[in-house]
Amino acid sequence: MTAKFTRPDGRGLKELRSTEAKVGIIPNADGSAMFRSGDTIAYAAVYGPKKMHPQHQQDPATGQIRCTYNMNSFSVSDRIKPGINRRSMEISEITKWALEPVLMLEKFPNQVVDVFINIIQADAGTRCAGINAAALALAHAGIPMKDMVSSISIGKLDKTLVVDLTKEEEDYHEGEGPTDIPISMTSSGKITHFQLDGKIGVEQIKEAIDMAKEACQKIYEIQKKALKESIKEE
Amino acid sequence: MDRKVVIPGEEIATGEDYLPGEGTEKREGKIFALKFGLAEEQNNLIKVIPLSGNYQPRRGNTVIGEVENINSAGWFISIGASDSAFLSMNEVPRFVNKDAMDEVFEIGDVVCAKIWSMSKRGIDLSVKGRGLGKIKEGIIFYINPNKVPRVIGKEGSMIKLIKDETDCDINIGQNGAIHIRGENVEKELFAKKAIEFVTQKSFIEGLTEEVTKWLEENKK
Repeated sequence: MTAKFTRPDGRGLKELRSTEAKVGIIPNADGSAMFRSGDTIAYAAVYGPKKMHPQHQQDPATGQIRCTYNMNSFSVSDRIKPGINRRSMEISEITKWALEPVLMLEKFPNQVVDVFINIIQADAGTRCAGINAAALALAHAGIPMKDMVSSISIGKLDKTLVVDLTKEEEDYHEGEGPTDIPISMTSSGKITHFQLDGKIGVEQIKEAIDMAKEACQKIYEIQKKALKESIKEE
Repeated sequence: MDRKVVIPGEEIATGEDYLPGEGTEKREGKIFALKFGLAEEQNNLIKVIPLSGNYQPRRGNTVIGEVENINSAGWFISIGASDSAFLSMNEVPRFVNKDAMDEVFEIGDVVCAKIWSMSKRGIDLSVKGRGLGKIKEGIIFYINPNKVPRVIGKEGSMIKLIKDETDCDINIGQNGAIHIRGENVEKELFAKKAIEFVTQKSFIEGLTEEVTKWLEENKK
């Protein structure tokens, strides 16, 4: 690659979109948070720990977490059909897997923590915004956690690695085309979730993980600030 | 060490001088927070006091709850915890007629009780003791259970102040339910407002002075 790659919105390759987080936005929930990354907005509400219902799903050895990801019909310009679909089921499960390693649910046998994620506006990276919001909401709900989780999507546009893709970049169609790699990490840099949609070499994957580490650290600082500020406001 | 707000996974202190208390964990000689809340040190023991979330019952807590269901052995009482709490008829300090259990507590009655045991099966309550039993009059409202310690204050200073200033009898359940009984509804509502003021300002310094000022200003 010789020519210098420029992003449509003029951001640097390792630059995040303007990001904002807020905690305690849903008074009825035990914990709640909003996470905005550019034009992507995710709301998360946490209820519980409460008794698992249906009863046959109760686990006397440990507590459980149940995630529901939902994209509002108005979140994209072409109205999407409301309700559960293949994609939302996959993202719900992915969110659960990304968060489960840090949660200490063994203290809540037979119980469940419900996490509801709603995407109000979508401009790519909704699962990452959802995971970030859910991690904040879980901390706000007082659930014991070993660490926070931050999530970011790394993209490979033709041969260039970039951080935090927008929808426009996701639809890039030159050269090798777009590759989307959402990664979730704890603040100490341990990976809890890694997905890959496209083609990429082993060397570049290592590079992508290093970029994600750097970006996740920035998101962690935003999450930390949001949680600490939520106390002063009250 | 000063009190400070911590988030899960944040390092609170380093070194062998400190012991990990509630809401914390020791990893490689460092103490990390496991919960979002206020970190506090007492005699080298570091603990995190949660600021949000639902009610986590403990043995010895006094709670206020509503009778949900009755069976032949006692009453089920909802106290806002994930487990349902059971009040056995053996834990009622009076004669209970097995054929007329609802003469003692009916469904919908509000009861003040103590948690005397917690096990895998659930929570066991007792109404043996002073101030425990059915609540017959007054008003009940709910606050965030994590703010109960602030409403009570150091050695009950805050609640004593509100009680004295409003002439009301106030009973606080650790689960966030508050029972107020006064001479008339106006006094009860005034006490409720005072408590709500405390919960809104619960993180500022010198809260007792603020509340004294507020009570003076708003008292008719």
